[in-house]
Amino acid sequence: MHYVSQILPSLISGTGMTLSIFFWTIIIAIPLGILVGLGMTTNFKPLTWLINIYVWLMRGTPLLLQLIFVFYGLPIIGVVFQRYDAALFAFILNYTAYFAEIFRGGLQAIPEGQYESARVLRLTNWQTLRKIVIPQVVKIVLPSIGNEVINLVKDSSLVYVIGLGDLLRAGNVAMARDVTLVPMLLVGVIYLLLTAVCTLVLKRMEKHYSFWR
Amino acid sequence: MLELKGITKKFGGKTILDNINLTVTDGKILTIVGPSGAGKTTLLRCISGLASVDSGQFLLDGKAFDPASNRDNDAVIGVVFQDYQLFPNLTVRQNVTLAPTMVLKQSAKDANEEAERLLKQLDLGDKADLFPYELSGGQKQRVAIVRALAMHPKLLCYDEPTSALDPDLRREVQQIIVKLRDEGITQIVVTHDIPFAEAIADQMLRVEPKN
Repeated sequence: MHYVSQILPSLISGTGMTLSIFFWTIIIAIPLGILVGLGMTTNFKPLTWLINIYVWLMRGTPLLLQLIFVFYGLPIIGVVFQRYDAALFAFILNYTAYFAEIFRGGLQAIPEGQYESARVLRLTNWQTLRKIVIPQVVKIVLPSIGNEVINLVKDSSLVYVIGLGDLLRAGNVAMARDVTLVPMLLVGVIYLLLTAVCTLVLKRMEKHYSFWR
Repeated sequence: MLELKGITKKFGGKTILDNINLTVTDGKILTIVGPSGAGKTTLLRCISGLASVDSGQFLLDGKAFDPASNRDNDAVIGVVFQDYQLFPNLTVRQNVTLAPTMVLKQSAKDANEEAERLLKQLDLGDKADLFPYELSGGQKQRVAIVRALAMHPKLLCYDEPTSALDPDLRREVQQIIVKLRDEGITQIVVTHDIPFAEAIADQMLRVEPKN
């Protein structure tokens, strides 16, 4: 117990980094994902083509590799990020692609008749999107978004590769120094707590949207 | 009064509507009948602006107009879809008041009062706060009619209004359409149900499939 209280401060400070990456990625990548998802459903070929290449790149290569490229690769062409900014940039790029695919699926699940019905009522495209399409899409995509959100909690551990001190790294350091698995056990418990909170929040949101079918 | 002059519509190389001429008199019911594939629904989609025409002209009260771009004038054409297409995320009341408040800029209070009046008129007075999934097929259809009426259309179109209804409900929608005619609303009804069409029609148009 004494040992636990000794290493806990460093683990908690690592959790801070994990949470910071997590929140900023969610806050920025979800709205971006909606926009890119909308872009995928347009008939403007150059745009959909461009987005498809972007999504293919982001989903087709490991996030670890993307982190390395952003931090070590981009400086070669003169784009220099701080460690933290590089991590955030890579995470947002990567997760926007996944969210965009999810939103595209949700948008395409809305029947054409809903748009036509809105059109004969003379609602503008924006009004249709805001009042009719988005609320229905959110309900459809919530379970898939939830999956990605929980993945993100764990994926954030990849930032160690560019030398950021997150939760897993803090545990790793303590394990190597003290030659014991206890820090890693604690790390596991903290990740479980974080994902438990996410699961609860997502359940709540799904319940919130269950008042209509 | 709505006039169609030489309306022609093609899909690919196939002519669906060939030189359709017709006049819909104010306050009357026009039924469009014919077998499946004859282009009834296509004609309705052209009139309501959901499909463009390849040639021909629409005149409303003697003035040319283009249904496909009727957003900003008040030549409103209301549509009751075959599968109703109510908005599932909104209550009955919100379904009805959404367009009047957002498009006609009515105050929430006015839109609500009118919605209540129309809902009561179509026997839906106690359904205002339910969601579409809580309604029967016939009730959904009446909500769709109320939603269209709330926009004060000059013309109300129905696509196959009896296709999903049992005989009792069929009689009911017949009564509604006739009642609305008696209140002066001009209506176009597309149907393959000939007895129903004959029962309500002031005017009848038969369309045949083109080969």
